[in-house]
Amino acid sequence: MSCERMESKILSYVDGRLKESERPDVEKHLEACAPCRVRVAEFRAVSGLLDELPVIEPSPAFDARVHARVSAEPVKVSWWAWMRVSPRVAFAASMLLLASVWLGFYSHPAAPQLPWSDAKEADAQMMQDLPVLEDHDVLQNFEPLKSLPAPVGADEAAEAQQQQM
Amino acid sequence: MARTDVQLMLDVKAGDEASFELLLQRYRTPLVNFLYRMVRNREQAEDLAQEVFLRVYRAREDYVPSAKFTTWLFRIATNLALNSVRDNRYQKLEVSMDAPVTVDSEDGDERPMDVPEKHPNIEQYLVEDARKKMIRHAIDKLPEKQRAAVLLHKYEELDYAEISKILSCSESALKSLLFRAYESLRVELAPLVAMQVKQ
Repeated sequence: MSCERMESKILSYVDGRLKESERPDVEKHLEACAPCRVRVAEFRAVSGLLDELPVIEPSPAFDARVHARVSAEPVKVSWWAWMRVSPRVAFAASMLLLASVWLGFYSHPAAPQLPWSDAKEADAQMMQDLPVLEDHDVLQNFEPLKSLPAPVGADEAAEAQQQQM
Repeated sequence: MARTDVQLMLDVKAGDEASFELLLQRYRTPLVNFLYRMVRNREQAEDLAQEVFLRVYRAREDYVPSAKFTTWLFRIATNLALNSVRDNRYQKLEVSMDAPVTVDSEDGDERPMDVPEKHPNIEQYLVEDARKKMIRHAIDKLPEKQRAAVLLHKYEELDYAEISKILSCSESALKSLLFRAYESLRVELAPLVAMQVKQ
């Protein structure tokens, strides 16, 4: 193994992450190469020095600031959210529907009792009676009406009123 | 038995807010540390970390576990960090001669140096402080992609496959990136490296 090839393996060797299959070649090179041995030792020293840096703790307000920023995020509304109906609206709508049905049922008058069982027959009879009711000649000769006093004309009505005054 | 990251994220997708809280607790510290080491500004690092969680939350409905959760999470974080570093590069940094001398405290913030009247071992304190400052400075000097590779490899212990997906490069390109980064670090930290090697 050359010193150039060692460059890609030296740190893995220092931090113990080198593949076991590669270890024999690396160690064989280190036995024969002093500069690479020095480099390995110095890289180990650097790694040790990096361990001396202290770990800092986040400030006491850190968590609160994260929570505040998360809480300030707008609530995402999905595109089909408009179809959702709140429970109150759904309840009010169902009550309205029930009321409409109830009012519609009770306000519809009962159909009149007809002597004819068939509605078509009833209609036909009514159509036949209509010309009779509109026939004045028939009314004039109608027996019950003959016992009534004769109708008073307009002039006679005026004379009668003057006589009374 | 604790739920995996993917299980938690699928529960978040289903509307479980408590699962999002668990993910927040699990990754808040690693994310803030990664981002702080990338951008070197604590306030900015926390702001970016909050943005990462917000983006995770926004993407919950479309989440599909096609990769490891950490790959996805640190990909968001790395992209935000790289953009931030590039934006900051063009800002002018004005250094005042009257500015107070500062030291890096253990929590990573720079604060005015206390007069060490009652410190039991001031020399040790200053030596350790100087070492940390030197290490941080050496990481800061790395090009941003090499810096991201080193931080993900060293501190998040992600494997090469994951890191290469996060940085959108091949595994061989990633190993070359890491090699060049460690070469730069060993030169920049030569005095400290020499002391470590002797031990």
